Amino acid sequence: MSDTHAQTVAYVRESFLEQAPPPERETGPIRWLRVNLFSNWFYAILTLLSIYVVYTLLSDFLPWLFNGVWNASDIRECREILQGATGGCFAVLAERWNQLLFGFSFPSDQYWRIVVAFLLFCIAAAPVLFAAVPRVLFVVTGLFPFVAYYLIWGGTILTPLAVLVGVVAGYFAYRRLVDQSFAMGLLGGVVAGLIVWWLAAFVPQDQPSFLALRPIPSRDLGGFALNLMLGVICVSLSLPFGILLALGRQSRLPIIKWICVVFIEFVRGVPLITLLFVANVVLAYFLPPGSNFDLILRVIIMITMFASAYIAEVIRGGLAALPRGQYEAADSLGLDYTQAMRLIILPQALKISIPGIVNVAVGLFKDTTLVSIISMFDLVGMIRGPILASTEWNGVYWELYGFAALLFFIVCYAISQYSQWLERQLNTEHR
Amino acid sequence: MKKTVLIGALTAGGLAAGMASAASLSDVQSRGTLNCGVSTGLVGFSAPDANGNWQGFDVALCRAVAAAVLGDPNAVEFVPTTGKTRFTSLASGEIDLLARNTTWTFSRDTDLGFEFTGINYYDGQGFMVPTNLGVTSALDLDGATVCVQTGTTTELNLADFFRANNISYEPVPVETNAEGQQQYLAGACDAYTTDASGLAATRAAFENPGDHVILPEIISKEPLGPLVTEGDSDASQWGDIVRWTLNALIAAEELGINSTNVADMASSAGDNPEVNRLLGTEGNLGEMIGLSNDWAVQAISAGGNYGELFERNIGENTPIGLARGLNALWTDGGLLYTPPFR
Repeated sequence: MSDTHAQTVAYVRESFLEQAPPPERETGPIRWLRVNLFSNWFYAILTLLSIYVVYTLLSDFLPWLFNGVWNASDIRECREILQGATGGCFAVLAERWNQLLFGFSFPSDQYWRIVVAFLLFCIAAAPVLFAAVPRVLFVVTGLFPFVAYYLIWGGTILTPLAVLVGVVAGYFAYRRLVDQSFAMGLLGGVVAGLIVWWLAAFVPQDQPSFLALRPIPSRDLGGFALNLMLGVICVSLSLPFGILLALGRQSRLPIIKWICVVFIEFVRGVPLITLLFVANVVLAYFLPPGSNFDLILRVIIMITMFASAYIAEVIRGGLAALPRGQYEAADSLGLDYTQAMRLIILPQALKISIPGIVNVAVGLFKDTTLVSIISMFDLVGMIRGPILASTEWNGVYWELYGFAALLFFIVCYAISQYSQWLERQLNTEHR
Repeated sequence: MKKTVLIGALTAGGLAAGMASAASLSDVQSRGTLNCGVSTGLVGFSAPDANGNWQGFDVALCRAVAAAVLGDPNAVEFVPTTGKTRFTSLASGEIDLLARNTTWTFSRDTDLGFEFTGINYYDGQGFMVPTNLGVTSALDLDGATVCVQTGTTTELNLADFFRANNISYEPVPVETNAEGQQQYLAGACDAYTTDASGLAATRAAFENPGDHVILPEIISKEPLGPLVTEGDSDASQWGDIVRWTLNALIAAEELGINSTNVADMASSAGDNPEVNRLLGTEGNLGEMIGLSNDWAVQAISAGGNYGELFERNIGENTPIGLARGLNALWTDGGLLYTPPFR
C-alpha cells in the first residue's frame, strides 16, 4: 500500500508527531465546567443564577452559624453580645441540651442509663443489620429488650428476669413440641411461658429492691431519647405483626382473612393523630377506674397498630410480586404452609419489600413527634412547650428547630443509606 | 361529663361504670401528692426551668394548694396538658385540679360540669403598636390594618369593638401567634391584637421591646382561673379548698401578710381579728374545710401572697412586665376582692 502511494505523493512523513496534550480548553476542570455548567448560553444563565442563589443563602447562613453565641444565660444576653450582628443564639442548646435529649424530668444523675441502653442497642442491632458481624452477638440482641427495660424503667432486676425465664421456657416447650406440628409447638410454648410468668409474678413483689435501679415513671421520659425509643420499639414490633397481617390477608380461611382486612383498612383509614388521641383521652373512659395503664404503653400499642397495618400492605405487595410458580414449586416439594412461607415465599417477598418497609420505618420515626400533641415531651414537645415558654428563651426558633431537624436528619439519612446498601447486598438477580 | 360518661359506658359495654371520679380531699391526702394540671408551657404562667422544676404563676397556685392540704409546696405532681387534653384529664380524674389559664365561660362551668373556683388572672384582648406610630389609644386606630388570628373570639371581639366605636379597620388574618409576631414585625399590619398577657409575652421576646407599646384598652373579658370537677359533697369540699386557698392568697396581700412576715404573724394572735382567723390563731376556719388550722399559713409561706406571686412570675420586673391593672386589689382600683374570712 505504502509503496504505491509513495510514488504519487510528494511528501511522506516518516516519523510520528510527538504526542501533544489535548488543548487547554478540552481538559481538566475547564472542560468539566464547559461540558457540565456552560455547555450553551441557557445553561450558562441557569448556572450563574444558581450560584447567585446559593451564595445568597450561604452569606446569610454561614455568619449565623459561625458567629453564633454559645455562652449566654438568656436570649436578651445573646442579643447584647451580638450587638445587632448576625448570629444564632446557640446558648439555648448549650444550656438545655440535656432536656432536648432526655426530657426535663428525667433525673440527671441517671442519664448514663439511657446512654448505656443506646450503646447496647447499637451492639444488639449490629448482627441483625450486618451479616459480617459475628453471630455470637445475637445473644446480645436476644437479651437486649430485657436489659433495656431494666435500664430505662429501673426497678428490681427480677421483673425482666422473670419475663426472660418465661420466654426461654416457652422456647424450649416449642422446640420439644414443634416436631409434632407447628401449631402444637406454638400452643405449648405460649402455655409454658404463661405458667412461668404466673409463678414468677409473685417473686418481684416480695423483693422490690433486689438489685434495683431507681424506678423511673414513664411520664419522666422525654426528649430525643423518647423519639428513639418509640421508633425502635414500634418498628421492631410492627414488623412481625405486619408479616402476620399480610399473610392473614392472603389466608384461605375467611374469618382470619376478614379480620385482617378490616383491621388493616380501618387503621389505614384513620390518621395517626386520631389513634394517639384515642390512646390518651378515650381509653381513660373505657378502662375501669383506678386502673393505671401506662400512657407510654398505650402510645406504643397505637403506633405499632398503625405501623403494622402499613407494613402489612407493603409486604402484601411483595407477596403479590412473587411469580405464581414459586408457590407452586413450594407445594410440589411437599412443604407444608409454614415451611413454604418460611423457606421459600417470605425470604423473597421480604427482599422485594425492603424499600417499602424502610420507607414506613423512616416515616414512622418522624411521626413519633406527634406525641407532643398529647402532652408528651419528646424532642419537638420539649421545644414547643417548656423551652419556648421559658422567659429566658422565648423567641429562639431557628436554633432549636434546626437542632431537631439535624438530629432527625442524621438518623433518617443513616436508615435510608443502610437500606440502599442492603438492597445491593441482596441483589442476586443478574441484571 | 355525665353525657360523655354515658356514651363511654355504652360503648365499652358497661366497663366504665363509675368513671366520674371527682377528686376529694381524702384522695389527695392518702396519695400524699397533688396532681395538678398545667399547660405544657406558657411564658410566665407555667414552664419547667433548666433544672426541670416547674415555675410560673399558675404553678405557684398548685404549690399553694399542695402546701395548704399536705403541708408541703413540693408535694405536687405536675401533669402537663394541652388545650385539647385538659378537660378530659380533669374529667377522668387524672388530675385533681386544673390551673391552666382556662377562661371561665358559661358553657364550661355548666355544660362540661366543671366548677371554677375563682379567678387568678383577669385577662382581656388588647392591642400592640409600634411606638413610632404615635398612637396612645385604640380609639386612634381609625383606618389601621390589624393582624388578628382567624377563627377565634379575638376576631369577633375586634369587629365588635371597631363597630361600637364607629371607626374603620382592615383585618390581616394570621393563623398562629408565631405568624402574627412575624407579620407584625415585618410591618404587614399597624397593630397586633390578642390576649394582653400574650401580647406582653410576645413583646418581651422582641429584639427591641421598647419600640412597641401595648395600648391601655382591653376590649374583651377573659377571666382565667383554676377549676375542679363538680361532684358529690366530697368534691364540693375539694372545690372549697381550692377556692379559699386562692382567696387566702389574695386576702393576705390585702391584709399585709407576706412570705417574710407570715411566720411571725402566725406565732401569736395579733390585733386584727381577720388576720387571726385567716392564720388560724383564732377560730377554726381550717377545720371547716377539713384541714389543719394553719392551712393558710402554709399556703402563704409556699410562695408568698398574690402580689408576690404576680411580681415574681409576670410582674413589671420580669421580662414579661405585666402591670397589675385589673389584677390589682379592689383597694388599688383592681378587681381582686375576696369574701371575708369569717
